[in-house]
Amino acid sequence: MEIAVTNLTKTFGSLRANDRLSLRFASGKIHGVLGENGAGKSTLMKLVSGFLQPDAGQLEFDGQPVRLRGPGDALGAGVGMVHQDPLDVPGFTALENLLCAAPRRAFPSRAMARTTLTTMAQRLGFTLAPDTPVGAMTVGQRQQLEIVRLLACGARTLILDEPTTGITAAQAQALFEALRQLAADGNTVLFVSHKLDEVAALCDTVSVLRTGQLVGEQLPMPQPQQRLLELMFGERIVQTSGQALLLAGVTVNEPPGVPVVHPGQDERSSEASPTTPLVWQLEQVTAREGMVRLRNVDLRIPQGRVIGLAGLDGSGQQLLLRLLAGRLHPDSGRILVNGVDMTRARTRTYREAGIEYLPADRMRDGIVGALSLTDHFALLQPAGITVDRQVAVQAARDAIAAYEIKATPITPLIALSGGNQQRAMLALVPDACRGLACEQPTRGLDVASAQGIWQRLQARCATGCSVVFASADLDELMAYSDEILVFFAGEMSALLPRATLTGARLAELIGGVGFERSAP
Amino acid sequence: MQIQDAGGQLTSRTTYRLADLADYLARLVLPFLGALVLTTVVLLTVDVAPLDAYRILLFGAFSTPIRFGDMVMLASPLILCAGGLTLTFAAGLYNLGIEGQVVLGAIAAMIPLRLFPDLPPPLLWMISFAFGAAGGMIWALLAASLRLGAGVNEIFAGLGLNFLASGIALYLILGPWRREGSASSSGTALLPRELWLPTVGSLRLAPLAPIIALVSLVIVWWVLSRMRWGLEVRAVGLNGAAADRLGVPAVKRMAQAMAGCGLLAGLAGTLQVLGVFHQLIPNISSGVGLIGLLVVLLVLARPIWVLPVAVVFATFTVGSVQLPLTLGIDSSIAGVLQGALVLAALVSRGLMQRRRRA
Repeated sequence: MEIAVTNLTKTFGSLRANDRLSLRFASGKIHGVLGENGAGKSTLMKLVSGFLQPDAGQLEFDGQPVRLRGPGDALGAGVGMVHQDPLDVPGFTALENLLCAAPRRAFPSRAMARTTLTTMAQRLGFTLAPDTPVGAMTVGQRQQLEIVRLLACGARTLILDEPTTGITAAQAQALFEALRQLAADGNTVLFVSHKLDEVAALCDTVSVLRTGQLVGEQLPMPQPQQRLLELMFGERIVQTSGQALLLAGVTVNEPPGVPVVHPGQDERSSEASPTTPLVWQLEQVTAREGMVRLRNVDLRIPQGRVIGLAGLDGSGQQLLLRLLAGRLHPDSGRILVNGVDMTRARTRTYREAGIEYLPADRMRDGIVGALSLTDHFALLQPAGITVDRQVAVQAARDAIAAYEIKATPITPLIALSGGNQQRAMLALVPDACRGLACEQPTRGLDVASAQGIWQRLQARCATGCSVVFASADLDELMAYSDEILVFFAGEMSALLPRATLTGARLAELIGGVGFERSAP
Repeated sequence: MQIQDAGGQLTSRTTYRLADLADYLARLVLPFLGALVLTTVVLLTVDVAPLDAYRILLFGAFSTPIRFGDMVMLASPLILCAGGLTLTFAAGLYNLGIEGQVVLGAIAAMIPLRLFPDLPPPLLWMISFAFGAAGGMIWALLAASLRLGAGVNEIFAGLGLNFLASGIALYLILGPWRREGSASSSGTALLPRELWLPTVGSLRLAPLAPIIALVSLVIVWWVLSRMRWGLEVRAVGLNGAAADRLGVPAVKRMAQAMAGCGLLAGLAGTLQVLGVFHQLIPNISSGVGLIGLLVVLLVLARPIWVLPVAVVFATFTVGSVQLPLTLGIDSSIAGVLQGALVLAALVSRGLMQRRRRA
């Protein structure tokens, strides 16, 4: 089915999220939609799928003008959207989710729904069991279920918003195969991403948005990455920073004056000198959380290192981070922090020892959205009856200046953009921090914001702080880690110096090819 | 949004402020209009001239010194309860068990009065207030430990404990603390006259009650807005997980907020015994905890607003007492007005949020 938008406009307050967009997506093709964070991709997709209503402009499906009052209308007209975070009922089984969200009389019986689910899943190469509770599924499986549900409800156009975030490489492969097959059957696929390689691998055409406007319309793939990056970010970033290109998987000559440590040009040796004091030392640690477990882990992390944790989502990286931050106690073994045995110590003791934890979900357990930066600094003041507002405001001002946070000291943090929230969270880490355990420190950030975050992290490393971070982004891992730990099927590799790895090799290890667990 | 020059930020901020002001006005005016419409409809259906009824409801409490005294004696425990509830509200807890905490405070306050009636009254009052505060606090901590220890939602724990508390009161009134001669469910024997809180002249107004209430409210305000503890409690209420990560002992703060609320509810219960009823009756709280919940739904976690709202609510209630005599309608119209006010406030707040999100 053909989707056409004409002069589509959507504003949020003073922000023009979509500014008179006119675009046509032909049927039977996979269309990539590119843009950095805040470019208006998600807004456009939500307008097409009925989650938002446009302020002005026209939507046409197969040449017919449509007015969508909600996602139900859109699905009725044949357009379904798979969201970045699955919108399903975790307490239900896969089958129940399919049944409860299907239009009335779509399935006369449970048996028929079950058959539909299994056959469609099989045809698309998905591994879905009808009776598994959705809460026990991986993000990738929930996404597969959502696709099956939308197709079963009559969707002929599928919109996928950053679908490869948080799913395994194998699931991404299966997803791509399925999408190609759907397009071959005459369906339209809109694929929203900021990952250039995925778009290059999958899409027939690509459109690029920047600050709510269309800057590249229906360019036939393949396109040179340089050109796409210029469209996405404008001239500025491409010219001023090689890191942006590096993150996007393109190698260019390092431009002068960029204070970013670059792979292979690191003046520090990849082997830490044996005399460097250790921040963390794990001895024969065994721990488990839910389905994930780590066995007999031995690990020594000296000061001033950046350790990247690679692996499929949920292979044990979070478990290790939580162990390192004292948020989970091991079943056996010993954890030493700065040479002190902290195996059973409380989170508070870890904090006092200079260990900080930065969660991936900022708004859930990172910061208190309704409070301001000043309030947060007040909370971090040493215990006392009252808080010193003056000192807190000053600390907030300093942080805003040092971390280039776009906010006032009294702005509630929830009003900030993702990048600013992340910088605020980092600014709240005390200077005395010796070890930082970060879960996906740049998740959901655009290239410029991510680069800013890494500059701060590396500045901390220069003062002897060690950073351990988990990331799903191979380029990020390769760009910033001194050493990489690969997690595969509940096993952890030894510390692999980055210089010995290539992106391709790392991808193989994550997939289990040639994986070796660290010597027991 | 992210790439914003200084000028753009400035304009967006000023428009934001204007929108804030409009919001604020709408928030104040809309609930009143809504409540008036609702109550007027109710009044018209029973053939009462609304203006007469409103005159009595709004000004009846100020018509005579006696009524004014009654209003103050109702407002005082109400301020204590609502002030306490701002603490639990700030901590993100819905302390529906406040009624039970008032009742337990009253029961506990009776204990020293019965055990040592011969102590000098001022000392006895102090002991009684201490007992009452402890009683309410223990009852609140019981709800808190059910929530924090056993994972029972504090709403259900509180409701259950309310029933238990009134059960205990009734048992004491009919059992161990029954009157000489015949047990009566109307209450225990009246306290000796010298144990009643001193009043102004022949009024029922005991000046100690509003003093205790106002001092407590000021302390609550200071604690929530100025003390580190208050900031921590608010952080826990807004986002417990994040507060925990920032080093705030979340569970402890929640329990302490509950304890603080229970303490104030216990003081309210003690006031009911020493200053209002001078005995333990089954309905010793007179629903003051529930009205406190209504007040806090209006003021949220902002103690400054407790005083005016509590006084207005007490005015309605005291004024409504004259309704049956002058207009021949039931006094429960005060409850209608209070409820309509809260309902209209919640609705307009919800509409506001929806508009802002859209």
